[in-house]
Order: sequence, then C-alpha cells, then structure tokens
Amino acid sequence: MDALLLSRIQFGFVVSFHVLFPAFTIGLSSWLAFLEWRWLRTRDPVWRELYFFWMRIFAVSFGMGVVSGIVMSFQFGTNWSALSIAAGNILGPLLSYEVLTAFFLEAGFLGVMLFGWGRVSEKLHFLSTFLVALGTVISTFWILSANSWLHTPDGYALIDGVFQPADWMSIIFNPSFPYRLTHMVLAAFITTCFVIGGVAAWYLRRGEHVDGARRMLKLAVAFAAITVPVQIVVGDLHGLNTAEVQPIKLAAMEGHWHESAPGQGVPLVVFAVPDAKAERNDFEFAIPRLGSLILTHSWDGTITPLTAVPRDERPPVAPVFYAFRIMVAIGLAMLALSVVSLWAWRRRWLFESTWLLNAWRLMAPSGFIAVLAGWVVVEMGRQPWVIQGLLRTADAVSDIDHTSVIVSLGAFLLAYAVVFGAGGGYILKMIRKGPQPFDDGPDSDEGERTPARPISAADGPVGDD
Amino acid sequence: MDMATVLPVVWFGVIGFGVLMYVLLDGFVLGLGVLAPFAEDGSQLDHMMTTAAPIWDGNETWLVLGGAGLLAAFPRAYAIVLSALYLPVLLMLIALVFRGVAFEFRFKARRGKRFWGAAFAVGSLLTAFAQGVILGALVEGMPLEEGKYAGGALDWFSPFSMLTGVAVVFGYALLGSTWLILKTEGRLQLIARTLTRPLVMVVAAFMGLVSAWLPFLDSRIMARWFEDGNFWWLSPVPMLALVNAVWLWRAAMREGRDARPFLLTLSFFGLGFAGLVLGIWPNIVPPSLSIWEAASPPSSQGFVLAGLVVLLPLVLGYTAWSYRVFRGKVAADAGYH
Ligand code: HDD
Ligand code: HEM
Ligand code: HEM
Repeated sequence: MDALLLSRIQFGFVVSFHVLFPAFTIGLSSWLAFLEWRWLRTRDPVWRELYFFWMRIFAVSFGMGVVSGIVMSFQFGTNWSALSIAAGNILGPLLSYEVLTAFFLEAGFLGVMLFGWGRVSEKLHFLSTFLVALGTVISTFWILSANSWLHTPDGYALIDGVFQPADWMSIIFNPSFPYRLTHMVLAAFITTCFVIGGVAAWYLRRGEHVDGARRMLKLAVAFAAITVPVQIVVGDLHGLNTAEVQPIKLAAMEGHWHESAPGQGVPLVVFAVPDAKAERNDFEFAIPRLGSLILTHSWDGTITPLTAVPRDERPPVAPVFYAFRIMVAIGLAMLALSVVSLWAWRRRWLFESTWLLNAWRLMAPSGFIAVLAGWVVVEMGRQPWVIQGLLRTADAVSDIDHTSVIVSLGAFLLAYAVVFGAGGGYILKMIRKGPQPFDDGPDSDEGERTPARPISAADGPVGDD
Repeated sequence: MDMATVLPVVWFGVIGFGVLMYVLLDGFVLGLGVLAPFAEDGSQLDHMMTTAAPIWDGNETWLVLGGAGLLAAFPRAYAIVLSALYLPVLLMLIALVFRGVAFEFRFKARRGKRFWGAAFAVGSLLTAFAQGVILGALVEGMPLEEGKYAGGALDWFSPFSMLTGVAVVFGYALLGSTWLILKTEGRLQLIARTLTRPLVMVVAAFMGLVSAWLPFLDSRIMARWFEDGNFWWLSPVPMLALVNAVWLWRAAMREGRDARPFLLTLSFFGLGFAGLVLGIWPNIVPPSLSIWEAASPPSSQGFVLAGLVVLLPLVLGYTAWSYRVFRGKVAADAGYH
C-alpha cells in the first residue's frame, strides 16, 4: 500500500472516530441547558438529578471529542500537505475562526460548567452551560463551511495551483453549505435524542429511576416526532442540491449507470449490487419512475448517469450506494418509531408496552450509524477529488514515506482502541448506575474517592487568595 | 509599506503570542504530569490534577489556535513543518490523547485508576519531550528545494533536538512545581518547593547550553548576535534571564509569597522564548523560508486579523474570568464533579 491509500484510511478512521463525539455532545450540551433551565424554573429535584447525571456523561464524551479533534487539526499538515499548500489560504482562516469563536468559548466555560456549581451564581452557571452549547453549534458552522467548500468550491481565484480567496461570503456560504449545516445539526440533535430515549426505555424496562425516565422518554418522543420528519425533508433538499452541484455523486447514491431511454424517467433503485466493472447493477429491485418523481418532481425527468464521466472520475459506487441506503433506512425507522410512540402516548400505553420500549433501546445507537453512513456518502461520493473537480486526492497527499504512515496508522488504531474502548465503558457504567440523588452535604462514597458525583456547595474547594 | 509586507510581520507576532501562551499555560499542566512520579500517593496525584482540571482544556486550545493560525497565515510553513516532523508530531498527538482523557477517566475508574494516573504522567512527559524535539528541529532548520521539504523522515533526530527535548521536559516541570506552590498548601506545597530549586538550576543550565549551541547551528544566528555591535543591545535578554533565575531560586523557599515563584517562572520562559525568536527572525522555517515567502495572501491574513482584533481580547477576558472563579488554594479533598 502506498502513502496515499494509507493516508486515506488513516484520515477516514480518525475523522470517523472524532465525529462520533460531536454528534453526541452537540445535542447533549443543549439538552443539559434545557435540564438546568427546567430545574431553575421548577426547583423540582428530578431535573437537577438528571442534569448531573447527563453532565458526567457529557464530560467524558467531550474530553474524547477534544483529544480526537486536536488530532484532526494537524492531519491536514501531516498527511495532506499538498492540500494545505493549495487551499490553506481558504481552509486556514475558516478553521481559525472556529478556534476563536467556538473552541475557546466551549473550553472557557466548560470548566465553570463542570466544576463551578456553588462557586458562581445559579444564573452564571446556567449561562456557562448555555455558552458551551452555543460553542458546539458555532463549531459545527465553521467546520462544515470548510468541508462544504471542498465539495462546492466558490469565491476563489486559482492562481498557479493555489486557491486565493476572492469573496469570503461566497466561500463561507458556498452552495452546499446551508443544506449540509442544517442536516448535520439536526443529525446531532436526533442522535442525542435517541440515546436519551433509549436510556429512558431501558430504565423503564428495569423499573428503575422511573420518574426521570418517563420525563426523558416523553421528551424524546416529542422531539423525535418533530425533528425526524424535518430531517427527512432537509435530506431530500440536500439530495436535490447534490443533483445540481455534484451530479456524479448523486448518480453513485442512486446506482444510476446509464442515460434513461427517452420518456422513461429514472427508476428508484431500492436494492441492488452495483458492479463497477460491468457498469450495471445486479439483483436490482427498482420502482419505475419514482427516482424521477423524487429527484426532479416530474414523471420523466432525468439525472446525469455515472457513465457521463470517464472511469477515473467516478467514485467507488458500492460503498456510497449502500451507505446511503443505510442512512435512509435508519431515518425511516426513526420516523416509524416516533409516529407509533406518539400514538401510544395518546392512548396511554407508551410506558407499558414491552416491545415499544425494546424498540427504543434497540434504536439508541442508530443515530451514530446514520451519521457515519451519511459522511461516507458525502466523502466517498466526492472521490477521486478532494476539491471537487479541481484537485485530485492523489495530488493532495504529503510527500512522506509509507513506513511513517504505517507507523502512525498502527499507533492511532491501538491508541484509539484503548482510549475510546475505556471511555465507552465508563459511559456505559454511568448509565447503568443512573441518576443519583443530589445531596448538599459532604457525602460518603463506597471508599471510592470523590469521583462520579456532583460537587456540592459544601464540598467545593475552600480557600482564599 | 504595503499590506503584503506588514501583515506577515503582524502574523509572526500573533503566532508567537499564541505559541507562548500555549507553552506557558499548557506547560504548567504538562509539568504536573512530569512531576506526577513525585506524588507520594494516589490522593496527592488527585490533588495535583484537581488544581488544573477546570482549565486544562482552555489551555490546550492555544495549541489548536497555533495550528489553525499557522495554516491560515503561513500555509506553506504549516505544510512543511508538519510533514517533515511527521513522527514527533505523531508522538505528541498520541501522548496528548492519553494525557487529556486521563483527567476524566482517572476520576471515573476504579480498577483502572492507576493506569490512568500513569497515562497522565507518561502522556505529559512524552508530549513535553516531543514538543522540545519539534522546537529543536525547527530551530536547527530544514532543507528545502523549490519550497518543498527535501530531507528524510528521520532528519529531526539530532543531538540538538534531543537536548531541547529534555530541556522542555525540565522547563515544564518547573512551571508545574511553581504552579503547585501557588495553588496548594501543606505537604504537597512543601514537595513542590523542594523540587523547585534544583529545577531552576537544571533549567538555567539547559538554557545556557542551548544558547551556546545556537550560534553554531547557523551562521546567520551567529551574525545576528555578534556582528555590527548587535551584541550590546541584544545582551539584556540573557542578562535579564540570569537575574530572573537567581531571583526565582531565592523566591522558591520563601513562605507567604506563593504567587511569586510562578510569576517569575513565566517571565523566565518569556525571556528564553524571546531569545529563540530573535535567533529565528525573519524566517518561519529556518534556514531559508522567510515569513514573506510562506505567507498567505493579504486577503487571507487580513480576513482573520479583523476577527482576531475583536475576538482575542474577548477570549482573554473570559479566560481570565474563569481563572478568577477558581482562584485561591485548592483543598486536598476538593471534589470532582
Ligand atoms: C474540513 C474538512 C473535512 C471535514 C469536516 C470532514 N472531512 Fe472527510 N475528508 C476531508 C475533509 C473533511 C479531506 C481532507 O478532504 C479528505 C481526505 C482525503 C480526501 O479525499 O478528502 C477526506 C476524506 C474522508 C474519508 C475517506 C474517503 C476516501 O478517501 O475514500 C472519509 C471516510 C471521511 N473523510 C469521513 C469524514 C467524516 C466521517 C467526517 C465527519 C466529520 C468528515 N469526513 C469530515
Ligand atoms: C476534519 C475536520 C475536523 C477538524 C480538523 C476538527 C477539529 C477539532 C478540534 C481541534 C477540536 C478540539 C477543540 C478543543 O480543544 O476544544 C474539535 C472538537 C469539536 N469538533 Fe471537530 N473537527 C473536525 C470535524 C468536525 C465536524 C464535522 C464537526 C461537527 C459536525 C465537529 C464538531 C466539533 C465539536 C462540537 C467539538 C467540541 C468537542 C466535542 O463536542 O466533542 N468537528 N474538533
Ligand atoms: C431519510 C431521509 C434522509 C435523506 C433523504 C438524507 C439525505 C442525505 C443526503 C442526500 C446526504 C448527502 C449530501 C451530499 O451529497 O453531500 C446526506 C448526508 C448526511 N446525512 Fe442524511 N438523509 C436522511 C436521513 C438522515 C438521518 C436520520 C441522519 C442522522 C441522524 C442523517 C445524517 C447525515 C449526515 C451526518 C450526513 C453528512 C453530512 C451532511 O452532508 O449533512 N441523515 N443525507
């Protein structure tokens, strides 16, 4: 394997790992702000217990998001130095704004949020939680702007192989950005929503933490019932945009190889095994004309087929094709679950139905899978380009020897297995333990020194200047 | 003078400021990890880590700013340095992963507690060492051909970079020990005080060694210091550093003024940093890539600078506020969330 392929595997691996954490913490931080707001408004201790319960889980996830993110911010230089030289003028400023407007904000107020209970006023503490949540969304804004620019570059001048910024507004708000931002922010919220609902369902099945669990499940059902349909509509619009700006990617998603016969329209391929060599699908199950209907909103509209470009400008079709179906299937399953749950809620059997609670438990990790599948569609669908139509991935890689990349890939695999395996384990343990009563005095904990419990006022650092 | 001349100079200052902030702020946190083996038991290590738990993430963010700022303002330097120093950068990143998660994991673990304590110590040590190696290799310079790195994958491995690697480990340890004098009392503070004096001696010796070595690395550095009578107006830097070291040595054991050793260590580092920057200027990748050759166009540099002028004071403001929230001594049994 050469340095190019190894670098691609490495980048895909570390970024996929990284995005799992934002996908969770973006939603979780807003959920925490919501819980703290409920506590401040109602003074009902259950809200505060839930707040501290999710805050500890948040702390662990956020820590893992931060360290894997640091790795990301150096990858462009270590492995994609030719890309950095060509497009650093554009990507660098966007990432710098991310640091200045988002990362510092998150990090600065995170400390107060995690450790400041009792040290600052309640309002300031709530403000800190809120600003951390705001920071995660601002971060999404900038990083997705940078990523979208790679897909739909705009507002630049290409001089001697180097991209110079010409118009920052067109760069930031490049053609695919609004769709990608909306879709990703919703994806993060939905991912968190299904984790919360799944955890609640699990408690209800076990008859534990019932009061908190009921509230969480109801909120999850209501939230999902609103956002999942919106996400599907946004996803559809996102696809229409892709048809316009990256038609070959869309053709790969649809498994659409050849120009349709005139007046026949494009079928919707529900399932197939794409065969890139023979340029066709095997075992195809397709619904005639439905593709046209969805993508062009007419009976016989057509889309660009894969064979419109030479082979060396086509993405790997199979992974894009399958990943897209996984994402859409999860989206539809989420829709079904939230509709049924809404109905069960009205009929008052939401908390009693074993199979419904089990379905929520089963769907708890579904958001993560959909997020990863979505990114595979986006990124692999762009290949062989790293900047769509302008810079090939093969020309973007650093001039490094492949031994170095083998060493680094091995090191990342090993380190991430240890660190994220352990972190995932701690999160599961915290979930198993569940929300604990908040106590205001110094407490005694089974010999385990100070760890997983909220700081209470009496127990915070004492001292003076 | 036009923008293309001035902006790179301003950005050199901005990146320098970011790196210095990182070295000072994450330096003391990494120093705690380097000093971890001196903790007498697990609860003392808990105590050490608790002094930094609410702020370490913000401190580390200066590193991300340095990286992103370099990509924005000097993309060519970012590309060359990171790919040329692939392996030390890798070491630093992986070590930072372990060091960072140890803060959360150690307080969640039961059986794994010792493991994450060790991860904190070894992660910090290797991060510090890797950063010293990166610094040394950068100062030593990189062979370039047509604006591309023309050396091998192991060129960074040299006696000088090993020296700077070890020097940074001791330097961070000094920042860590004086931070502990500031933030703790009793037994732990005593340990920190006792460690500080030998550390001052060692760090001063390393600084002397690096300074003596520098002029021989590159005749330009030699020229900068010793030609045209430059020595006379540059010499205050090493002189001040020496005075600073002596003062710090004396302050280490003095009861009552617990902030002074830390502040003196900050200024000590500032002076050492100034000495290095004077040696490199006006190159960003010695010996031949100048800040003007590596710079992104004014449309990039100006765009970020406009935001920086507004946002950086804001960032410094709320960072200072969060330090204020956690001011004062941290008690040994201060809880974790
Ligand atoms: C700002 C830029 C940016 C952002 C936010 C992302 N990517 Fe990306 N991605 C790239 C910039 C990039 C890249 C540098 O442009 C790569 C490297 C090689 C390539 O072709 O594109 C890439 C490749 C790449 C590949 C390998 C594709 C291949 O080589 O076949 C995968 C699987 C992902 N990415 C996955 C993701 C995921 C899961 C992301 C979720 C956060 C993500 N990307 C965000
Ligand atoms: C390849 C591109 C990416 C790079 C270079 C990158 C870089 C980083 C860095 C350096 C951090 C740590 C910041 C700190 O010290 O606090 C971070 C964290 C974060 N990133 Fe990324 N990131 C990438 C992709 C993404 C994407 C696609 C998203 C969102 C959709 C995202 C959202 C976040 C968020 C919300 C955090 C805060 C930590 C957390 O929530 O876990 N990042 N990222
Ligand atoms: C069922 C309806 C859905 C449709 C029609 C849909 C459509 C799309 C399309 C067309 C893309 C690729 C955009 C491109 O060309 O670059 C995409 C990407 C993505 N999808 Fe979906 N999606 C759906 C559901 C979901 C769900 C339920 C989630 C997660 C909870 C999700 C998460 C993502 C993510 C994270 C990406 C990559 C980032 C982005 O481009 O926004 N999608 N989706």
